[in-house]
Amino acid sequence: MTQKFRLAEGGRINRDHPVQFQFDGATLHGYEGDTLASALLANGVHLVGRSFKYHRPRGILSAGAEESNALVQLREGPRTEPNMRSTMVALFDGLKAESQNRWPSLSFDVWSVNNLFSRFLPAGFYYKTFMWPASFWMTYEKVIRNAAGLGKGPLGRDPDRYEHRNQWCDVLVAGGGPAGLMAALAAGRAGARVILVDEQSEMGGSLLSGTGEVDGKPAADWVAEIMDELRSMEEVTILPRTSVSGYYDYNFLTLLERVTDHLDDEPDGKTPRQRFWQVRAKQVVLATGAIERPLTFLNNDRPGVMLAGAVRTYVNRYAVLPGLKAVIFTNNDSAYDTALDLRRAGASATVVDVRKAPRGALVEAARAAGIDIMDGKAIVKVNGGKRVTGVLIRELSEDGKTVTGGSQSIGCDLVAMSGGWNPTVHLFSQSRGKLRFDESLAAFVPDKSFADERSAGACNGSMKLLDCLTEGLKAGLAAARDAGFNVRKAPTAPKVDEAEEGGIMPIWVVPSGKRLGQGGKHFIDFQNDVTAADVSLSHREGYVSVEHLKRYTTMGMGTDQGKTSNVNALAIMADLQGVSVPEAGITTFRPPWALTGFGAIAGRNVGEFMDPARLTAMHDWHVEHGAKFEDVGQWKRPWYYPKPGESMADAVNRETLAARSAVAMVDASTLGKIDIQGPDAAEFLNRIYTNAWLKLPLGSCRYGLMLHEDGMVFDDGVTTRLAENRFLMTTTTGGAANVLTWLEEWLQTEWPEMKVYCTSVTEQWATVSVSGPYARHVVGSLTDYDKLGPKDLPFMTMAEMDIAGIPARVYRISFTGELAFEVNVPRRQGLALWRAIWEAGQKYGITPYGTEAMHVLRAEKGFIIVGQETDGTVTPMDMGMDWIVSKKKGDFIGRRSFAREDTARDDRKQLVGLYTEDDPHHVLVEGQQLVAEVKPTPPMKMVGHVTSAYFSSNVGRSIALAVVEGGRERMGETLYAPRLEGGRPVKVTITDPVFFDKEGVRARG
Amino acid sequence: MFLIDCPYCGPRQQTEFHCHGEAHIARPKDPDAISDVEWADYLFNRSNTKGVFYERWVHNHGCRRWFNLARDTVSDRILAVYRMGEKPPRVKK
Amino acid sequence: MADVVTEMSPLDGRAGSGADTAVIVEHPHLSKINLRGDSGDQAFMDAVADAVGAAPPVEANTVMTAGKHSILWLSPDEWLVVTPEGKQGDMEVALAGTLEGQHVSIVDGTDARTTIRLHGADSRNVLMKGCPLDLHPRIFGPGQCAQSILAKADVLIHQLDDTPTYDIYVLYSFSRYLWDWLADAAKGFS
Repeated sequence: MTQKFRLAEGGRINRDHPVQFQFDGATLHGYEGDTLASALLANGVHLVGRSFKYHRPRGILSAGAEESNALVQLREGPRTEPNMRSTMVALFDGLKAESQNRWPSLSFDVWSVNNLFSRFLPAGFYYKTFMWPASFWMTYEKVIRNAAGLGKGPLGRDPDRYEHRNQWCDVLVAGGGPAGLMAALAAGRAGARVILVDEQSEMGGSLLSGTGEVDGKPAADWVAEIMDELRSMEEVTILPRTSVSGYYDYNFLTLLERVTDHLDDEPDGKTPRQRFWQVRAKQVVLATGAIERPLTFLNNDRPGVMLAGAVRTYVNRYAVLPGLKAVIFTNNDSAYDTALDLRRAGASATVVDVRKAPRGALVEAARAAGIDIMDGKAIVKVNGGKRVTGVLIRELSEDGKTVTGGSQSIGCDLVAMSGGWNPTVHLFSQSRGKLRFDESLAAFVPDKSFADERSAGACNGSMKLLDCLTEGLKAGLAAARDAGFNVRKAPTAPKVDEAEEGGIMPIWVVPSGKRLGQGGKHFIDFQNDVTAADVSLSHREGYVSVEHLKRYTTMGMGTDQGKTSNVNALAIMADLQGVSVPEAGITTFRPPWALTGFGAIAGRNVGEFMDPARLTAMHDWHVEHGAKFEDVGQWKRPWYYPKPGESMADAVNRETLAARSAVAMVDASTLGKIDIQGPDAAEFLNRIYTNAWLKLPLGSCRYGLMLHEDGMVFDDGVTTRLAENRFLMTTTTGGAANVLTWLEEWLQTEWPEMKVYCTSVTEQWATVSVSGPYARHVVGSLTDYDKLGPKDLPFMTMAEMDIAGIPARVYRISFTGELAFEVNVPRRQGLALWRAIWEAGQKYGITPYGTEAMHVLRAEKGFIIVGQETDGTVTPMDMGMDWIVSKKKGDFIGRRSFAREDTARDDRKQLVGLYTEDDPHHVLVEGQQLVAEVKPTPPMKMVGHVTSAYFSSNVGRSIALAVVEGGRERMGETLYAPRLEGGRPVKVTITDPVFFDKEGVRARG
Repeated sequence: MFLIDCPYCGPRQQTEFHCHGEAHIARPKDPDAISDVEWADYLFNRSNTKGVFYERWVHNHGCRRWFNLARDTVSDRILAVYRMGEKPPRVKK
Repeated sequence: MADVVTEMSPLDGRAGSGADTAVIVEHPHLSKINLRGDSGDQAFMDAVADAVGAAPPVEANTVMTAGKHSILWLSPDEWLVVTPEGKQGDMEVALAGTLEGQHVSIVDGTDARTTIRLHGADSRNVLMKGCPLDLHPRIFGPGQCAQSILAKADVLIHQLDDTPTYDIYVLYSFSRYLWDWLADAAKGFS
């Protein structure tokens, strides 16, 4: 139960709630309020992983989101997750974590031989070595991935629930530190809808890591007071454990809220594990703080080398002492706070400062506390393997380029380093804000905003607490004002007492007295194992752009996206090029800021909610009768209805035979239906369709083709004149929405003077189409039989009558080529109608058929399906449908294009039928190419392709439709259809595309 | 994701809309009177403007109205939204 | 002939699912007439008022209510006239009568959409899981309606009161999907 390095008091952990957890199988203890990292340190565990490329032992670098080293595999089984930053993982009882990138164990790792051969694994190694021969990359990649991988993905289905939430707000505040709290408070008091977001488990940010006071009270107490007020505000939403993962156009931000990640709960099916917020904010305040820069010195990656600010956080916030004998290595004043806090907590502390005679107030305080300060010196090497054992120190030249004199050795178990602070400008950059380089901070800071956004506090380059508070306040007030809120009771900035800090001495590579790469490594990007020597190499090899540097060395391309490494690498590159840092430029910060798993991105758009299933009124009947379904757009349409023991082919053959020999019924409800009304309705149809509509008699139906302006077919259907100025148009199932948009487009944009209204009525009606020689008997038994006679209801007309007591519209139209009645009733009565027809049809052997039989039946008749025979490059003439193109009525959409040279060619691909020559049972494959001349190997000249192919039991053999160059003039010619699977091409004969009832007498009976 | 101020419904998320390309391309009054080249220009050729671009959108998950908007293709800023039939407003980047 | 004509909704048998603070109930057969006309034409406005008891709202995304009738704004020239179950025929006849001779479109859409009523303190939270509208009371309140998307289905949402209660109009073909989605989204509020 010992937590050897836990301080006896202090910290924001809950000592009343001890927690047990496992790391690499060992049982350890911590407290509620710990992160995995703080608990490991409390137990003296510094070695937590192996690096990506060289498999070097690695420890905990930071205490926050920037962690690039201490990545672990969290949980087990289907809930396991790789690459979790132990600094961001809240500790819970029963937590199980494993180190990554090691085999067989963390302390003995076979692949660490890579480190010995590291001279042969420089930047660009993979590009140079494994790219030849190109086809071998797949093999190489597997081995490399095994050696290098970043943890393991889960194999089972994710049992957790994830949710999305859409949210609008007036002011979104990113970051709950001093600046963010003040901004939220100011905007909240103004009455604005505020969302306050922070990645940590509680708000407070840097105030929780220090020991200072705000407004005369401990900073944590001040935070608690502010939080109480914010919580009392109805319009303020507080989201801890939430990262702003992306900042997009028009203040659209995505947030990843870790709802139950910090709990040991099993999924309960209703509480989400994570919630992915999509927020539209009128104004944004960025208060994202700053990230400390590592110093780049020899073997700066050894476990026990940590960021100085992080050490402070562990001591003060988590009451953990990361080491007993510390060396603080710095180029600025902020690390002196760390030295003071370590000393207060009982550790020894020596400061190594690269600056000569630093003179800030903190330096003086450290000196007064008796801390040994070695100024103008540098660590030239870190000793130790799996843990720091000591450092070598030498005198640094004034320009920081060389070291002189003898080296002094200091034993230590902790190195706390500070290379200065980088404002966290990632979100600012994502919002397309422009950066500038601030010489006094030696860092990039926000310059010009692009979005409705303000940066406040450390992320704006203001490192002093008072400035953070004041800027946050101002930003919050301004944001609220710009969002339309009057600020009456503006809060005032609290008082703070803080030390004046001295300046920074930028030093991008700490010399070791040897050539870069010799005697150890200067790491820049810990996660991707990129060293100063790699940057130097890429410079020598001619890489000038920072974006190329990034991709060549892989710097900043790990899961941490270079949070600690970018600026250091760019500065080194600038130095090598002899230009200033801003001249060298900076790589683009892109979303996401935080790792975002697919679960959160998918949300509940999984399983049945992935895509809506549209169901007809008769759906349940289809299910009860064993239908197999086909997706047509979002519709579920019966595909075929197999009887027990039947194959699909058996069922389709039975269904197609019934439709021609007896009677069959199909659910045709999904066809699009548009009600078109107005004095100009007929003229409108004249312009939209290729044929003439003005003289269509009342109650008559006509088939129409719709073209785009390029003359190509894009939809078809039957339209009926319901009244002088009223038509009912039908469209294809998949084209319904597009056709309505198309009609509205012309009415609203090109012909606003036309008096026409269009209304979709697709769903108002349920449709049953009854086909076959007995169709009239069946439908007639449900109404006045005589009304269905060839005189009262001739082919291509419509009449209103009751069917089975239901008011219906009955259309004499046919897609099967048989005598057919299409009965439309209000949707709610669709199932009743279907059942009535089913029962009435029993004595005639009525057979329900699905889309497959429907396709076969229409192909037997040579009827096209838009989207199957057509593909957006097909004219009515190509389909042999000249008869439907009016030459007399004047202009219509697409007509002019017929005269274009390419459209008017007579060798265009034309619709034909195909018979297989050798085996009448062989069914061609849709999409199969056709050639006139077979060659031993491709390429062969393709003269067309198969568009539909079926076995037709009514014709007694296989049939196919195809488009063939100049096909209509090639009747009887033999073509060949090469097979994808190889073997002899199939011999086919070009034939007429109508295979059955060529005279078309049956439908008119 | 854009926030589009539908001239009828007010500000809505881009997911409710569809873009239909360049605006103010009128259908030739007498298609037979123009050459194939001119007709092809109407059919296929669109400007690929760097800067202010006028385009047609439809609020297809809302009021189903078509309208025009002026967008700076460099900054992606929507500079103006106006109804069909209205003259394109003068806008500055 | 079949003996009984049954009127079915795909949501029959699913009444009342959801959490305590987000209850969903179907109101399947409310009469719904899709009306199109020119609101700039006083004769049109008067004629509709004669038939319905209120003129169509001209302000976008608002609802005009007169007794048991509501007129929901759909677009500058399109409205949904909602009346109690079984009244679509009467309303169609009434509108056709008063609007005789005008260029309008009166189309019965009663069977095209069903209405799912979502009621309870967490109703807004349920909708925000899948609807891109800003439904905050400052923006959207009783007497307002909007067409938008809810969980990938096109919907018309009408807020009835401050509870809040919403009537969600959705095409029948999507109704089971949307019902199941709502019931699932309401989990966690129970």
